Formats: sequence, C-alpha cells, structure tokens
Amino acid sequence: MLGLRLYMLQRLSALIMAPLTLGHLAVMIYAIQGGLTAAEILGRTHGSVLWFLFYGSFVLAVSVHAAIGLRVITSEILKLGESSLDLLTWALALFFLFMGARAVMAVTLL
Amino acid sequence: MDVSVWRGDEHAGEFEHFKVPMQESQTILDVVSWIQQNQDPTLTYRYACRVGMCGSCAMMVNGVPRWTCRTHVKKVLDGDKLEVAPLRNLPVIKDLATDMDPFFDKWVQAEGLHHPSKTRHDAIEPILHDSPGREAASAGIECINCSACYAACDTVAGNPHYLGPAALQRAWTVYNDSKDADKQSVLDAVSGAGGCHNCHTQGSCAVYCPNDLSPMNAIAGLKRASAASFFKRRK
Repeated sequence: MLGLRLYMLQRLSALIMAPLTLGHLAVMIYAIQGGLTAAEILGRTHGSVLWFLFYGSFVLAVSVHAAIGLRVITSEILKLGESSLDLLTWALALFFLFMGARAVMAVTLL
Repeated sequence: MDVSVWRGDEHAGEFEHFKVPMQESQTILDVVSWIQQNQDPTLTYRYACRVGMCGSCAMMVNGVPRWTCRTHVKKVLDGDKLEVAPLRNLPVIKDLATDMDPFFDKWVQAEGLHHPSKTRHDAIEPILHDSPGREAASAGIECINCSACYAACDTVAGNPHYLGPAALQRAWTVYNDSKDADKQSVLDAVSGAGGCHNCHTQGSCAVYCPNDLSPMNAIAGLKRASAASFFKRRK
C-alpha cells in the first residue's frame, strides 16, 4: 500500500511544506501588525513572481503529500485493492492541485 | 476465578465461562491446562516448552497479547475475571490455536534469511561484539517468534499485506550482519506495498514484546537504510 517511492515522496513533500508553512505564518503575523485590507494584500501579491512560486510550490507539495496520506487512511479503513488505491491517489492529487492552483492564480496573476 | 475462554473456529464462536480454582504461582497456561484436564478435554490450545523459549503459547489475555506460560494470573486478573482468546490478526484453527502460517510466510517474504559471503573453505570471520552492526543485530536476536507483536499491531489489522514487526525485525538483524552478502535484497524485500514504510510507529510491538525487544526501532532502522539507498541508487 505504501512502498518506498510513495514514502519518499511524502517525506520530501513534507520537507518542502515545513519551511513554506513557517514562512506563511511569519509573513501573516508581520503583515497584519499595522492592519491590512484584502485589497492591500492583493495589491502586493498580484503580478508577483515570488509569491506565485512560494504558494505554487506549496500547492504542489500539498497535492502530493495529502493524496498519499489519504491513500493510507483510506486503505486501512476501506481495505481497497492496489489499483483502486492508485486511482484514488491520482484523483485526490489532481483535485488538490486544481483547487490550489486556482487559488494561487487568483491571488498572484494580474 | 471466572475465566472466559474463546471457543470456536475461523467461521464462528463465542466465549464459554469456567470456574477455575486459584493456586499459588499460577500462570495463564496453568489455567487453560486445568480447564482442559478437569472441565473440557476438547479445549484446543498450543504450547510446548512452558519456560518462555519456544513462542508457542501466546494468546490474548484480557484483550492484550501475552506469553501465557510466563504470565502470572495475579498480575493480569481483573477482579476475579480472566478472558483468554486466540491471538489477534491470525486465522483461528480451533478455540485458542491460531494458524501461524501467515506470520511465518511473512518472515520469508521479508528476506530474513542469511545470504552467505564465504564458502565452508574460508576461515571464520571474527565479529567484534561491540561493533555497531553486531549491537544492532543483538538487539533483535532474542525474538522467540511468539507473534505477540503481530497480534498487537494495528497496522497489521488495517493492512493484511503488512509484513509485521517480527519479520521486519528479523530483516533488520540480517541487514546488520556483516557476514551477509546481499543487504540490498533485504531492503528491496521490505520496501514493497506491505513493507516497513507502512509502520505508523505506534509502538504496540515494543510494549507487548514479552522479551522486551523493540521491533519499532528495527523498523525505524530499515526506513533509514532504505531511504539512504533510495538516494544512492539515483546517483
């Protein structure tokens, strides 16, 4: 259900997510100090390659990480076969990627 | 004391109650034997050495796996009640005897066997007792194959293909043997869909091992070694 390749993908995606999550929290706390509106935030993120790459890579890592994690949970609860699990993992990864990419594009594209 | 004993086979069964007299220094295996000798000769169970070496007599006692020949009644009695059932995660043959085949088949699947590096004509290679590999192997070598860890493991319960703590600990022991010539085949065997990477590190194996071994540490070692080999192979 979880071979070496998926295990490594989940660990490596966690390695990417950890600093990005800390960065996200740090910027949020710092930026909110003086009061900030949604329009002001979007003014800074729209057209920013840096924020596109920051949240884009986060969404990529989340899609891989969460899909594998849900694969394990689903497998142990529903006892699905290996091919159904593969299908579910890919479907979840693509779903998270689509939802995340939509949000990142809305916030960072002009 | 009031003893509930599981009676049945792989299809169906239920607990049957027996009144058993308390005795000094009484073990769970003594209780089961007393029932079979005095109350119901058809009660089926398995034991051999009676001294904690052969690993035959493990059963679920009050819901947890124990070696029954070395478990004293007074240590586990719940009021005056005792519940004895066949090992979890294994098919029941009859009453308290389980089919151990899946457990031992997985020892073979985990490649827990010696791959010779020398012939009978070579001199015996000296192994320092305090070398890191020897110490890692020694930590797991006292396993008596009782399957208490396998019965305690929730990952086995959730994933029937999972090799289980005992087989993986055996693989880790072989991996650390400096006389073993094919360590990569061990890593390959424990890296599949039922391999060491499915372990959630819950630690039930280490809690319930009657010999105080820690298969969980062995599995962590296999995860580290296989992760390292993952990068080496890609260079």
